[in-house]
Amino acid sequence: MPAGLWTKCPRCANLVYRRELERNLRVCPRCGYHHRLSAADRLALVLDRGSFEEADQGLVPEDPLGFTDEKPYPARVEEAQRRTGQPEAVITGTGTVEGARAVVGAMEFGFMGGSLGSVVGEKIARSAERAHAHRLPFVLFVASGGARMQEGTLSLLQMAKTSVALGRLADAGIAFISVLCDPTTGGVAASFAFQGDVILAEPGALIGFAGPRVIEQTIRQKLPEGFQTAEFLLEHGLVDGIVPRADLRAALARLLRLTNAPCDPLLAGLPAQGWATDERTEADEQPTA
Amino acid sequence: MSSRPPDLTGPAPSDPSERDLADVEREIGELRRITTAQRLDLAEQISALELRAEGLREEIARHPSPWQRVQLARHAERPKVDDYIAGLTSEFAELHGDRAFGDDPAIIAGLGLIDGRPAALIGHAKGRDTRENIARRFGMPNPEGYRKALRVMALAEKLHAPVVTLIDTPGAFPGKEAEERGQSEAIARALLKMARLRTPIITVITGEGGSGGALAVGMGDVLLMLEHAVYSVISPEGCAAILWRDASRAKEAAEALRLTAPDLVELGIADEIIPEPPGGAHRHRDDAVAAVAAAVRRRLAAYEGRSEESLVAGRYEKYRRIGRIRDVAAGGDSEAQAT
Repeated sequence: MPAGLWTKCPRCANLVYRRELERNLRVCPRCGYHHRLSAADRLALVLDRGSFEEADQGLVPEDPLGFTDEKPYPARVEEAQRRTGQPEAVITGTGTVEGARAVVGAMEFGFMGGSLGSVVGEKIARSAERAHAHRLPFVLFVASGGARMQEGTLSLLQMAKTSVALGRLADAGIAFISVLCDPTTGGVAASFAFQGDVILAEPGALIGFAGPRVIEQTIRQKLPEGFQTAEFLLEHGLVDGIVPRADLRAALARLLRLTNAPCDPLLAGLPAQGWATDERTEADEQPTA
Repeated sequence: MSSRPPDLTGPAPSDPSERDLADVEREIGELRRITTAQRLDLAEQISALELRAEGLREEIARHPSPWQRVQLARHAERPKVDDYIAGLTSEFAELHGDRAFGDDPAIIAGLGLIDGRPAALIGHAKGRDTRENIARRFGMPNPEGYRKALRVMALAEKLHAPVVTLIDTPGAFPGKEAEERGQSEAIARALLKMARLRTPIITVITGEGGSGGALAVGMGDVLLMLEHAVYSVISPEGCAAILWRDASRAKEAAEALRLTAPDLVELGIADEIIPEPPGGAHRHRDDAVAAVAAAVRRRLAAYEGRSEESLVAGRYEKYRRIGRIRDVAAGGDSEAQAT
């Protein structure tokens, strides 16, 4: 059997024809298991074809601590860049979903576990600022094991950096939608992932603060089946909904319409034209006839 | 994410003074055993060795390695949150509960008077003995602890009273119920609240600054650290276990993580180091408490008369700047701090 033509589903253990899996949006046709998606595939799945304009792709990490474990940190970064073809663990920019424009970002779990370091924090903060400047909603697909150890406390403080940016966006009355993919844990779960006005999750995604092994060590017992899955979180009131991948695009388009439709301008304390016309100058708004 | 209760034994010491101290302590233990087993009076020899041990401990405290600082930061005899609150306030009323699920004894929160003015005081609570430590989960909060903290911050905002937070935790509690009740959500919500809070926040890391569990009440307008306090994205043990699959290499991890107060000033994270009394805060607790109280008072005074807008804008700038990045698209290879 030629390697790579077939792949074994980690949940149902059936062999799946790889092309069939790709055609099915990397959802197992036998059991519905949602295989992980790369950040680029995620954006291609959700955004209107050709609508994406990437931003900040030149940002790459430094090695502020001179950190070396088995390999120096810069070597790990290079390896991750080679393997994923991405400069860092998040892609950000703007695009449209069924015609609705939004600032979007997608995290790349394949890049050092989607870990949050200075660059990821910066790109997410800039995305929030871009959403504010253009008065566009912000949609972020999260997939991360947490903060990046190799940048030490600077990584931890990216949770604060993204929080101030998202806090300002919230004060400006602009929606932030986070979509939690497999996995969403640690410092990423404990910051922007759960700061969404609306929080969606992919079926079966692992979502939690502490990893299951750490919890099992603490409580000295096995965790029940399904603990920290998206379904578990929905049951505990922690996410708004679980959206199968095939429905994701439509679900997001609907939420963008619902959170971005022109509201009562008086209620919002905005000029009578509403904020859909925010970028026009005063002259644009003079009656011409 | 740091999670384990403090391991006070640690790996085998490798610094000369540490090794000497371990030798002397072993000898003391041996003599004590002989004293009781053979009813010999070795008091003189023991006290001589104890004096030598004391000298070595002071030597270590004067020039501690990162790993020794971790040990000092976790020292069981360090002042606790209620000591600092007592040193800062003339009156204090503790407030309990998150109004939804329960009260978390791992966080103490309430209103106090500092020089006659109201302030909210919030901090992690470690215990003074094993029983209290177990009751307070070694200062590792559950979600309701963070929700209580958030509620008290909102109260301070309403009263136009500043918030003083005191950090000393191994991390947020990694438990089953914590996950069921939304540990991530509780921390995320607290961060968002502090990002926008329209009243000053002064944060002091007094001992262990354990990851997200520390930051969740630690987004101050200024961040002060006691001299031997540490602040890290993960515990050295946790870092070593992940990177080298060997928790006993925590000493190396402590060095690699750059978690000491001087490191964090250099990295642009901490604003000021509060010197500790000779030998460490645990040796002269009242002096340590007085030093923290004086620094907090001085910082609070600097925020008198600031408008809410400039306060929130200042906090935005402070956190927005943190990080080290390079933009290879603009300006080729230019190194720059994120702006």
